[in-house]
Amino acid sequence: MKFLRNIFDNAHEKLNANEKTKKLFPLVDAFDTLMFTPNHVTSKGSHVRDAIDLKRTMMLVILALVPCLLFGIYNTGYQHYRVLGEDATFLEMIMKGSWVVLPLVIVSYSSGLFVEFIFAIRNGHSVQEGFLVSGMLIPLCMPADVPLWMVAIATMFAVVIGKEVFGGTGMNILNVALTARAFLFFAHPTKMSGNEVWVTGFSDMKGEGLVDASSGATALGDLASTLSVSTADPLSASVSQSFEGTYSLMNSFLGFIPGSVGETSALMCLIGAGILLWTGIASWRIITSFFLGGFVMASILNAVGGSVYFELPAIHQLMLGGFMFGMVFMATDPVTASHTNTGKFIYGFLGGFLGILIRMVNPAYPEGIMLAILIANVFAPLIDHMVIQSNINRRLKRLKTA
Amino acid sequence: MKISVRKGLDINLKGEADKILADSNHSKLFALKPTDFSGLVPKMLVKEGDEVKCGSPVFCDKYNDQINYVSPVSGKINEIVRGEKRRILAVTIESDGKMDQLNLKPKDLAKSDSEEIKSELMSAGLWPFFRMRPIDIVALPNDLPKSIFISGFDSHPLAPDFDFIMRGKSAEFNAGLEIVSKLTKGDVNLQLRSNADEVFTKATNVVVNTVSGPHPAGNVGVQIHEIDTLNKGEVVWYINPQDVMVIGRFALTGAYDVSKIISVGGSSISERKYYKTISGASISSIIKEKAIDDNSRIISGNVLTGEQVNLDGFLGFYHHQLSIIPEGNKHKFFLTDGWLSPGFNSFSASRAYPSWLMPKSKSYNLDTNLNGEERAFVVSGQYEKVFPFDIYPVQLLKSIITNDIEKMESLGIYEVSPEDFALCEFVCTSKVNLQKIVRDGLDLIYKECM
Repeated sequence: MKFLRNIFDNAHEKLNANEKTKKLFPLVDAFDTLMFTPNHVTSKGSHVRDAIDLKRTMMLVILALVPCLLFGIYNTGYQHYRVLGEDATFLEMIMKGSWVVLPLVIVSYSSGLFVEFIFAIRNGHSVQEGFLVSGMLIPLCMPADVPLWMVAIATMFAVVIGKEVFGGTGMNILNVALTARAFLFFAHPTKMSGNEVWVTGFSDMKGEGLVDASSGATALGDLASTLSVSTADPLSASVSQSFEGTYSLMNSFLGFIPGSVGETSALMCLIGAGILLWTGIASWRIITSFFLGGFVMASILNAVGGSVYFELPAIHQLMLGGFMFGMVFMATDPVTASHTNTGKFIYGFLGGFLGILIRMVNPAYPEGIMLAILIANVFAPLIDHMVIQSNINRRLKRLKTA
Repeated sequence: MKISVRKGLDINLKGEADKILADSNHSKLFALKPTDFSGLVPKMLVKEGDEVKCGSPVFCDKYNDQINYVSPVSGKINEIVRGEKRRILAVTIESDGKMDQLNLKPKDLAKSDSEEIKSELMSAGLWPFFRMRPIDIVALPNDLPKSIFISGFDSHPLAPDFDFIMRGKSAEFNAGLEIVSKLTKGDVNLQLRSNADEVFTKATNVVVNTVSGPHPAGNVGVQIHEIDTLNKGEVVWYINPQDVMVIGRFALTGAYDVSKIISVGGSSISERKYYKTISGASISSIIKEKAIDDNSRIISGNVLTGEQVNLDGFLGFYHHQLSIIPEGNKHKFFLTDGWLSPGFNSFSASRAYPSWLMPKSKSYNLDTNLNGEERAFVVSGQYEKVFPFDIYPVQLLKSIITNDIEKMESLGIYEVSPEDFALCEFVCTSKVNLQKIVRDGLDLIYKECM
């Protein structure tokens, strides 16, 4: 440790010796504080401080994302060989998945941190930890076959426009990872929806030995296609059938379905939720009310019925797409969620409720959860305002009666 | 009234003081520090070299010049210590060891009316013991407080046991309470734990309330909030129980006797005891250099709200404890004891460290390391867990940072003081210095609105 410490001390000394290199301080400082909690002592206020800091908080979120990442790697390989109709060993699937997913992770982190470092050096502040989580969320909410350059551009866009223009970590209005996702969804709609990107290698092998009934689309894409046809249509029947097989409740829960890299497995999301709730990092208020909101909306539309989509049981509906992933990792972002405890219930419910509504009523937006969380992000300050206003009114009323 | 405080946090530090009472050495040097009184602008009444007795005025409040601040001992003025812009930081007094009193006639204050009592207390230098909420400064004599609060226990880390300090001193305490009760039309509220000593439970002229729950249950701010919530335009005063005894002694004998018992604790000192000393005494008269570890910090007061002092510093006017804890001025490698360590010896109110799984009785050896770097507000809901007020702390703090007076008022700044935010500051993931922010906000409100 002494050896490492000396390296950093020397680096700081050399940087500070020259006016020009002094600006690069945040760069070295970022790695220094990553390896060592600084020797800063309290100077004002409380003389002792809690052991927790932002680095540990963020690291626990990343830890909670690891099950999703690992399963995502496996499932990417699994889907590839499933659609191809080839038998493959577990190891081959992992190899295939890693080959696709790890570059996404690397590109996301390197492009995002590049922007973060530029802003840190330009504004002379230390690199804040917010992007550690965003950088992992971005690849996990991308389709497997998204081109890497798009990921890089989306990440940079999200960090600059989504975060830095508002003042950096802690100041942003919209969830950074979802901003990246939404950017690609609207800027490159042909690449981000339809049948081409969800299963890796799908677009290259069109027509060559594909297994029957593999459309390459996600479960939600298939479901959305039934909205325009009657229940008697053969398409409805075939989709309906796939919900007995490939998209069965068990497969959707475990995650053996096509979809964005990290979102398919409800089980892994629940493990992540367990870690986040056990360590108290994520708000149980948001997670429970988000689930409830989604369940209520799905039940309502379920009661309406009229197509295969609407008649899918509510609980099965919630296992599909990004619902669980968004609920656990995106909606709970403390910066963009409601800040008040009462507000968190309303915010979560709104997110879940709108998510299912958008997804099911508008077949063009199977990624309804992404849009719903972004809308809820926008509404969060308003919700907080109302909650705080009631506190203010209570105080005014007390003053009048006193 | 029974109050149960549910939100809060007990920080169990190593180094509780043993219940042994010792006499401290008689300090050669004493200090009266204007900086102990927030917002005070002193007007000097003595020069260096002047002779003073116990109770001789040293300086007064420039804007309320009937409020005297008086010498705790007899002797001569040693030095007027000035800082930037010639601001007076401290007046040091060299004791002659005789403790001659300026006045030794008992005052029959109990029969006087409140105005006479006020002017007696102000000229005798006993007035600064009364502090007011809102703003948390020395009480303004022209206010009529709606009630007066005395917290009969201290719930801070390593705090002294008031029962032990006050045991058997009912006469002085009750004599003081009789005077104090004349200053308000409302109640004098005395808040106690359920197992308090007789000196408290049998106190006269007070309304006794029992409080249960973790720190900050002992803070008057929380007690006022629960019993007699402050509204804009209202004033409540509060005073420490030991200071009530000083007033009692004054009523009984006419003497200005600010001797008090303090506790000395913390993991970096070997002699952890209670000491009888005098307000303003030098730290070196109470603790010996060889009893404290190298690289440790001496705090006059408690670890959450106290003030850092050196051995040649002085005990604060309102403080009744010294805490000595290790300095944390070393780098911590991230895997062994830094941010990614298992952290079995770290203490956290959050569940990100295993301390929440440990038994509540486990005590910790905390140092002064910030355990991180200052960041923007990121995590939400953490202050609310340790802040037992019907107030939104983050929103109030943000209104203070942006100098939005209207918002501060509507969000409840009149109900809080910096010490109420000490626990929020402790648990803060982003390491923001909240007490400083609140102090600045209150100073602004005082300047603009009162």
